[in-house]
Amino acid sequence: MNKKHIAACAALALAGMGAAQAQVKIGFSAPLSGPVAVVGQDQYDGFMLALEQSGGKLGGQAVTVLKEDDQLKPEVGNQVIRKFIEKDRVNAIVGLGFSNVLMGSLKVITDAGTVAIATNAGPSPIAGASCAANVFSTAWQNDGAAESMGKYMQENGYKRVYLMAPNYQAGKDMLGGFKRYFKGQIIDEVYTQVGQTDYSAEIAQLQAARPDAVFAFYPGGMGVNYIRQLSQAGMLTKLPNFSVFTVDGTTMPALREAAIGTTFSAMWDAALDNPENRAFTAAFSAKYKRVPSAYAAAAYDAARLLDVAVRKAGAQAADKRALAAAVKAAGAEFKSVRGPFRFNKNNMPVQNYYAFQVLNDGGRPAVKAVATPLSAHVDSYGAKCSLP
Amino acid sequence: MTIWIALKRPAMLVPALLLAGLALVPCVATAVDQPFYIVFFARILVYAIAASALNVALGFGGMVSLGHALFLGIGAYSVAIPAFYGIDNGWVHLAVCIAACALVGLLTGAVSLRTTGIGFIMITLAFAQMGYFVFVSLKQFGGDDGTPITATSRFFGQDLGQPLTVYAVAFAVLCLVIWWSARLRAAPFGMVLRGARQNPRRINAIGLQAKRYQLAAYVMSAVLCGIAGMLLANLTAFASPATLGWVVSGDLIVMIVLGGIGTVFGPLLGALAFLGAEELLKSVTEYWQAVFGLVIFLVALLRTAGLAGLLERLSPHGLVASGDSASAQPTPPAGGTRQVHPEANPYPVAGGGA
Amino acid sequence: MTIQLVLTQLLNGLQFGVLLFLLAAGLTLVFGIMSFVNLAHGSLYMLGAYFAATAYEQSGNFGLALLAAIAGCVALGYALERAAISRLYGRDHLDHVLATFGLVLFFNEMARIVWGPQPYFLPLPAAFESTVDLLGISYPSYRFAIIVTGLAVAVGAYLLMHKTRLGMLIRAGAVNPAMVAALGVDIKLLNAILFSLGAALAGLAGVMAGPIMSIQSGMGEPVLITALVVIVIGGIGSVSGAFYAALIVGVADTLGRAFLPTLLRELASRDVANAAGPALASMLVYLLMAVVLALRPQGLFPAGRTR
Repeated sequence: MNKKHIAACAALALAGMGAAQAQVKIGFSAPLSGPVAVVGQDQYDGFMLALEQSGGKLGGQAVTVLKEDDQLKPEVGNQVIRKFIEKDRVNAIVGLGFSNVLMGSLKVITDAGTVAIATNAGPSPIAGASCAANVFSTAWQNDGAAESMGKYMQENGYKRVYLMAPNYQAGKDMLGGFKRYFKGQIIDEVYTQVGQTDYSAEIAQLQAARPDAVFAFYPGGMGVNYIRQLSQAGMLTKLPNFSVFTVDGTTMPALREAAIGTTFSAMWDAALDNPENRAFTAAFSAKYKRVPSAYAAAAYDAARLLDVAVRKAGAQAADKRALAAAVKAAGAEFKSVRGPFRFNKNNMPVQNYYAFQVLNDGGRPAVKAVATPLSAHVDSYGAKCSLP
Repeated sequence: MTIWIALKRPAMLVPALLLAGLALVPCVATAVDQPFYIVFFARILVYAIAASALNVALGFGGMVSLGHALFLGIGAYSVAIPAFYGIDNGWVHLAVCIAACALVGLLTGAVSLRTTGIGFIMITLAFAQMGYFVFVSLKQFGGDDGTPITATSRFFGQDLGQPLTVYAVAFAVLCLVIWWSARLRAAPFGMVLRGARQNPRRINAIGLQAKRYQLAAYVMSAVLCGIAGMLLANLTAFASPATLGWVVSGDLIVMIVLGGIGTVFGPLLGALAFLGAEELLKSVTEYWQAVFGLVIFLVALLRTAGLAGLLERLSPHGLVASGDSASAQPTPPAGGTRQVHPEANPYPVAGGGA
Repeated sequence: MTIQLVLTQLLNGLQFGVLLFLLAAGLTLVFGIMSFVNLAHGSLYMLGAYFAATAYEQSGNFGLALLAAIAGCVALGYALERAAISRLYGRDHLDHVLATFGLVLFFNEMARIVWGPQPYFLPLPAAFESTVDLLGISYPSYRFAIIVTGLAVAVGAYLLMHKTRLGMLIRAGAVNPAMVAALGVDIKLLNAILFSLGAALAGLAGVMAGPIMSIQSGMGEPVLITALVVIVIGGIGSVSGAFYAALIVGVADTLGRAFLPTLLRELASRDVANAAGPALASMLVYLLMAVVLALRPQGLFPAGRTR
């Protein structure tokens, strides 16, 4: 069902607490249909898992979660956000989908002042000139993972690199971030069509160019196609393969052994060894019968962040400004599954970025963290943001 | 024939009541403090305008264009691109919109009308896809992500970016378009157009060039669709290449068929039904698209004359020629659903029909 | 830009073209003979891939999965034709477009309900995991297998159409269905067989594409649009036209995507080339179709001439 009411918990909370209880309404918006539906579903499951673990409450207050599908379309996302803000009067919006959908609703969100937590994106505009006190990201600033991969490759002596990404803002951000930290030679920078399924032409070009390594960004189904076709062309064994958001929890089930030998960078992976993450991964796998992705982790963290923030705001939780300030402060206080976390002045995460390798564990893929190229990394757009 | 007698027939009364209701939406919405519905119905109004525009080409002229979303997109970007450079003068936006849509409509229409039937459908689709790729390649204006519009159109000091303003303007434009298309339908131009749809050879034999009239109608339809796009961009404060997708064109066609092809109120009824049903279904089930798809299939199968046709059937036949609110086809022979259309295979398969 | 690269890209284009042919063949036959525009053909392609994925999960054998998928598509095609498609013969093309548009939405959502939103996995058959070395280049052997299969199907289609009674009936039905019916042939059955044949080809294309591309809801539509372009360029109702047009479109699209951006970079600044290159490459196929339609609306190899 589209609208989930955790009414039973609300009733319990009311009975238990006795005192006048405010209801916290959360609007959850993500792509739940179409080719990237798995991303939206992971985020929803991660968020709801955290909610379930805190008894259906955030900060001690009863919660109602309204779930909507933005279909990866900016126009639909705009409508959904409008509905959340104007009709449902939510206290906070979580999810906000891909960068393009997020940008499509940005004006509505900043005009209204409602707290909005992106669990999937952090495009450079909202990290820079269009930053707002009520817009946060518990995922990443888009360039971060790519910057980390660039630094890793620079430090590991790769000299000539070939770049590939889909032809949209996030693709450009990724490659731009990579180039900020990689100082070697960029042989070529190839942008393919968004949603393209067959990379045979580009792979042939790649083979002909003979680089030291290839770095790519292909989220969702595109990543599955890209890696598998590379593997079929025999390129994965011949050419060191680096990527971001291409090999992750959402694509590994389809890639399986094809991913072995690749290296990727992210702010989180199920393989990270810290107590919060071990608990989260175990609980998620037990409940949903699959390994969580970084999107699920970001959404899980968003719920835990809101838990601390709502508790901080207390009776003021209904006031938009107060809640936004509480969320900002809570950033440094809640325990994230990815390790250290806090918000930069532009509300982007300041976090570690790790390098992971997919190794061959008796024929099955196993992810292992091999380095932390960037620790407590502050994004490069903060200077353009006018927030204090 | 006074307006009151005309209003007694359901075919006129229901749309009139709907329009009156739509006029009242802003007041009611503000009164119950649900401003969301102003935006919701404004969107319906915008799509009704776009569907009415397509109806001129498709319903009157018989040109099945699966690429009208191209003009919707051009209209949206004719606001977005000047806004990017800080130009918020509504008249500039409007001028750019009309000029661009007229030019593109003329060029694409001239080429498309060299074909008929499935060729026409495909080539209009191709042009819309080409437009899509052009806008995706415009990196400055966001490319595939689209671009937010910070400087919405200003007319006479009023900002179209405000929901109430854009609602009022959209409502006014819709009423104008409906009135204009009713007049067009009965005018000599409209007659020739409808004749060209039914039998181009005859029209040419009479001495009128059917293709010229069709091209003119296509261009007019393109410009109107562009204006709808302009309003859409102001409403959402956003423009993206997704507006040019073939699914949007398909949606417009569904709205027209749902409402009744070739009728005057059909597009409005269709837009209301389509977007209303979508919203209703979304709240009932997560898998609403499956139900929606089936509904669309049934609508096509049952070959109803649309909602307007239904209303027409409920109305006693009066002296007013409300036109063939039945479908673009002649009424089917009794006992069979096989219909003959001038452009279809002249030897329809004998085995079909249920 | 070495000769090896051009050769590799040519082969890639051929492979894409062959896949397009498999889809376009069924599409053009159904259109030419029943005059039915079937937008849901892409859904049959998608379901072929899904059937194969499920069959593979159960059996672990690619060959079995292939057979199961084709059988499933034939059954589905037959059922669809009898239940839904046949009721729309003789109607306006607009009705066909609408009805099949609705079916596309329905099938996409059903796929999501039955198989879930995550991409599915069909592995390469073990025999084809390597690369073949021909003419100095190293080409994935699976893609080579696709080319061979597609060409074999093309030959088979030719033999069917020109050397068998069924083919004769199909060709006659394209020219004058009423007469064929009058001669005592069960035209209903013929139409059903034809549609099922088209569905089988679409399913085959889906299974073959499965190991290369991710299997997910909505995977049929992009390929369908290109297949529609192919049949328009080739000429409606002509299978040989679909074959040549598919190869032309496949090669043009692949070479365009591969070399246009490089070419543009010679002529214009890097920024312009980076922006315009992919756009032009994507548009190339549509431009081709527009030109063909403008100059020769009946297609390059229309039916009724030499089939």
